[in-house]
Amino acid sequence: MALLEAENITKVFGGLMAVNSVSLTVEKGSIVSVIGPNGAGKTTFFNVLTGIYKPDGGTIRFDGETITGLRPDQITQRGIARTFQNIRLFGNMTALENVMVGMHSRLRAGVWGAIFQTPQVRQEETRARQRARELLAFVGLERRMDELAKNLPYGDQRRLEIARALATQPKLILLDEPTAGMNPQETAEATELIRRLRDELGITVVLIEHDMRVVMTISERITVLDYGSKIAEGKPEEIRTNPRVIEAYLGRGAALEAQMR
Amino acid sequence: MNKTANHAQRVSVQFNRGLPAYVALTLYVLITSALLLSNTRTSLLTDIIFVLFLMGMLAIYRARVAGGYKLVLAAVVLLGVLPYFGTRNAFYVELAIQAAIFVTLALGLNVVVGFAGLLDLGYVAFFAVGAYLWGILSTPQIAQIAPGASPVEPWMFYLFLAIGLLVGTIFGILLGFPVLRLRGDYLAIVTLGLGEVIRVLAVNLDRPVNITNGSQGIKDVARPPLPDVLRALMPGLGDAQIYQIFIYLMALAVLGLTVLVVYRLKNSRVGRAWEAIREDDVAAVAMGVPIVRMKLLAFAVGASFAGAMGVLFAAKQQFINPPTFDLLRSIGILAMVILGGMGSIPGAIFGGTLVTLLDLQILPRIAMELSALKRQGIGIPDWFDPAQYQRALFGLLLILMMIFRPAGILPDERRREELSEGEGVEIVETATSPQPEAASS
Repeated sequence: MALLEAENITKVFGGLMAVNSVSLTVEKGSIVSVIGPNGAGKTTFFNVLTGIYKPDGGTIRFDGETITGLRPDQITQRGIARTFQNIRLFGNMTALENVMVGMHSRLRAGVWGAIFQTPQVRQEETRARQRARELLAFVGLERRMDELAKNLPYGDQRRLEIARALATQPKLILLDEPTAGMNPQETAEATELIRRLRDELGITVVLIEHDMRVVMTISERITVLDYGSKIAEGKPEEIRTNPRVIEAYLGRGAALEAQMR
Repeated sequence: MNKTANHAQRVSVQFNRGLPAYVALTLYVLITSALLLSNTRTSLLTDIIFVLFLMGMLAIYRARVAGGYKLVLAAVVLLGVLPYFGTRNAFYVELAIQAAIFVTLALGLNVVVGFAGLLDLGYVAFFAVGAYLWGILSTPQIAQIAPGASPVEPWMFYLFLAIGLLVGTIFGILLGFPVLRLRGDYLAIVTLGLGEVIRVLAVNLDRPVNITNGSQGIKDVARPPLPDVLRALMPGLGDAQIYQIFIYLMALAVLGLTVLVVYRLKNSRVGRAWEAIREDDVAAVAMGVPIVRMKLLAFAVGASFAGAMGVLFAAKQQFINPPTFDLLRSIGILAMVILGGMGSIPGAIFGGTLVTLLDLQILPRIAMELSALKRQGIGIPDWFDPAQYQRALFGLLLILMMIFRPAGILPDERRREELSEGEGVEIVETATSPQPEAASS
């Protein structure tokens, strides 16, 4: 069953076709990668899916419901979470608080509840704190809970972003370059964590990734964008040998050479 | 030198917790109280004692003693000694009232600027709205708007404190709407404009219908009747004196309520959402925080306190006019928030008190003392008029403070933890000697 169906998504900035009629179908419980050279429109595509940008064309269906044009917080509430390419944590808040912000749409306490500290609100707060600790433990940050997000080492910041996204209780998580800037050891750990998201939590994963080893080992399907358009789609082994993909990445000469061999 | 510094540090660490903390804190409060009560004349000495006495509140806040004991000491200071001292010297109670009013405003603005990170330069507008609300409705001015209408009864003041809260909230939302899409500098400029609009309306809305009485302002604003309880509690005092204590207690009550509400909001889902917006609004919205609603909420909550305090302010002054609510006032309140430490509740309280005292007491006193020296012909050139340079000194202090404590004097706890590792070393230093000890660092 398709969890996410994006059809003919188009996004234009001025005269630039950042995303040009891209379609993507993601099956429930799968891990899908979106790859492509720099500036191919991958992040813009993510931003459209999560409502940060309004699409100029196309429709997005998620879990049987059309979510095109909804606000980002509404989309998050419906079960799509994300991380950011250039880590966007709440730097002056602790790791625990970062995760608790992620729970916003799952908690009920309003102004009056907070002011009067009703029993429900206090209980909810205690449970949320507990849940946040569990999520931090899941990504391996239980010892860093009270540290300010900005003081965490880079790899931990990436993990914290994932924990924060998990706090929104997503059905689908969009990871924007989760292993960017990591050494091989960290990359292996991150890859393992991504796999656990799906295997242990049952969350469907779409990731943008540049590290081909990660992409090829983890993804069940791969979609390739170039200049805003989808140029290929398929299983990792199909993508690996697709001449158009090689051309997009390495130029025409390399593509020809690959064909000759 | 080094040895004594170490020694001082060790002693202060010991003083900071356990029994010594209780003894030191209690002694400090008792001694400053006794000194204050034995110096009731307005003078330089009393000024200094008064400041030391108020510093006791900071010591109470910072010392590691039981919460209940802190409460008792704070009550002794704020509800016992200060009002009693006020019956001997009206000037210092007036200072305390002003401080309470502005601390409340600083706390309200802190919600908008400190928590949610929305730079608001027109905050005083909400204060004005509250003040004019009570000013117009409690005086014959109401008949100018609705012929035949009579002013509301003075006792309804209490009701109007709540209505002021509500009206402040509504104005907060109204003025919040146009600026929702703006950030940073743009937001600051637009709020500045909106604040000015309110002031200009106050100046010019004497025509075609006389609503605000223009630049003449509204006089004889009603005051709530003096409760008989207070008369009974303070026998042998004139009504005017008791009334001032009454106002002081009311200002303190509104302030107390504000502190409680702000504190609880900060440590809740709502407060976290505000801070998330301040830190990164794109990430916040992507995490499911409805930023439009939360921003409006911040404006509304911040404005509500200003509205209520405006009502109280109008009743206290019994006269209001537009210049009270000018841009400089907004900036002054912002300075309190920034000086104290953005997003920090103790910071806003400290900043509000400090700026008010500097403005009304410390700087004028310095100018006065310098002028006295000048009259005696000591060391001060003829062309230098200390009174004229008061504000320059204030500006200089602001600059120095921001250079040496960029995060504010009492930054938000979380931020403080990473700035200084030595936990609580300086706490009792403030209690036993108010001079910041530069030597030990």
